[in-house]
Amino acid sequence: MQGKYKATFWLSVVLVALLLLVPALGSKYLVDLTTEIMIYALFALSLNVLIGYSGNISFGHAAYFAIGGYACAIFLTTYEWPLIISMPAAIVLAGLAAAFVGYFCIRLTDIYFSMLTLAFGMLVWAVAFKWRGVTGGDDGFVGVAVPEFIGDRYAFFYFTLTVVALSTGLLWLICHSAFGRTLVAVRENRMRASFVGVDTRRLRLTAFVVAGTFAGIAGSLFAMYNRGVYVESAFWTESGQVLIMTLLGGLYSFFGPALGAAVLYTLQVGINQYTEYWPVVLGTILLIIIMFLPNGLVGLAQKISAQFSRRT
Amino acid sequence: METVLEIKQAYKAFDGFVAINDVTIDLKRGEKHAIIGPNGAGKTTLFNLITGHLKVDRGSVTFEGKEITGTPPHRIVKLGLARSFQRINIYPRMTVFENVQVALIARDGRSFHLFTLGHALNRDESAELLALVGLSAEAEELAGELAYGKQKQLELAISLASHPSVLLLDEPTAGMSPPETVEAIKLIEEIAEARGLALLFTEHDMGVVFGISDRISVLHHGELIFSGAPDRVREDPEVRRVYLGESHGAA
Repeated sequence: MQGKYKATFWLSVVLVALLLLVPALGSKYLVDLTTEIMIYALFALSLNVLIGYSGNISFGHAAYFAIGGYACAIFLTTYEWPLIISMPAAIVLAGLAAAFVGYFCIRLTDIYFSMLTLAFGMLVWAVAFKWRGVTGGDDGFVGVAVPEFIGDRYAFFYFTLTVVALSTGLLWLICHSAFGRTLVAVRENRMRASFVGVDTRRLRLTAFVVAGTFAGIAGSLFAMYNRGVYVESAFWTESGQVLIMTLLGGLYSFFGPALGAAVLYTLQVGINQYTEYWPVVLGTILLIIIMFLPNGLVGLAQKISAQFSRRT
Repeated sequence: METVLEIKQAYKAFDGFVAINDVTIDLKRGEKHAIIGPNGAGKTTLFNLITGHLKVDRGSVTFEGKEITGTPPHRIVKLGLARSFQRINIYPRMTVFENVQVALIARDGRSFHLFTLGHALNRDESAELLALVGLSAEAEELAGELAYGKQKQLELAISLASHPSVLLLDEPTAGMSPPETVEAIKLIEEIAEARGLALLFTEHDMGVVFGISDRISVLHHGELIFSGAPDRVREDPEVRRVYLGESHGAA
């Protein structure tokens, strides 16, 4: 087990090193694509704290992504706060919003929990849509005042890499902590966990806040990357997309959702160049996951490697 | 002997159906107290009232001299009352080792430590508990893949993690073969003896009940119709009529 942690650590170091080399390839397009993937990967990883680790499916996770995005954009632009204040404040706000929504949602389980997250998600979307003076309504909040030192494509790439790497490291620690282990136990059997002395409600609320906070980090990066935030970011289809990323990668693996994000986003960008029927492709992918890949790509890889080790 | 657990005039109804009707029952320190009764007599409901999974409509539950009526389950455990469930209650997709480890993490109040790696915590004690119930060899297996009897043993190990003074066992041998039953009861008796545990348990196997109980209480339609020494239960006319007679008649 200790060896497994070590392997994870070194693989992560290698991955970060490879990512550092991406700008050297000389393709602006690739730099942009990688930046976007990293942001979505963090978004999907944050959702998996809820889905994979606590077993609660959220249909409204885009709300915290959007709150992080709008808040960061508004603080930077409308209030002209420096980044060092704007971004943490936006992240805290996303976490607080998650705490408020979570307070109600964790009282429910299963489909009722999911439906309530959806309802709150739609509420956030409606606020973003209607509160024109602050959010820009359906025109979006455009012209985000991104600080100069990360204003250029390459600088922003490195900034994103740093933030995502640190956030992922922190998320990894949380998921493998005493808390993370207890969270899995609550997912597996809430009644039993309550009777070894776990306050299961408070535990699920904490998971909800963690997930929302990290989605807020991804959202604030997204707002700065696009120099704008649009109501679509808060729409339920966005929640659906990150859910599919998570499922595609694999729920029961920490890094699965990041892989799912990379694959799905690359496919989306690629396929959109040739056809406007991306939703058809998305539907097909979803179908394949649900029917053949219950544990996503990571589950598939594990199955294949098990097959090979059996043969040799 | 000192009373550790006392239920006073507990009453619980579900939509007009009276599940527990004015039941007063207690448990002395170190005592083995069996609660028997036909299916639907209210045994599991009574357990749920004690452990806080259900709330009494009237009456009170006192544990170690402290009233715990309305206290949530996770607090009651910390006072030293543990429980195993009738239907197997483990974490199927975690290893046997982790099943016990999580209970120890909770006992030490570390369930909310977000930045302490869980892996290294309470390893020795987890291993000791698994050895105690005879599951050392299965430590790294997934709990859900264990044989039924072993899952019951695992549940016992989980229950013991909180260092309880009282253990509630709901049908500890349900679904076991006769040899497994003998083994399981022997194990429970040994552990109870070694740790000075008081046991309050329900059990369908009358051989087990009469074999290990210091006291037997009989529930029928949510009411306590008898409570006393094992040798007096068989002679009680009311018990014979509603319970022992019934089961003999059925057999």
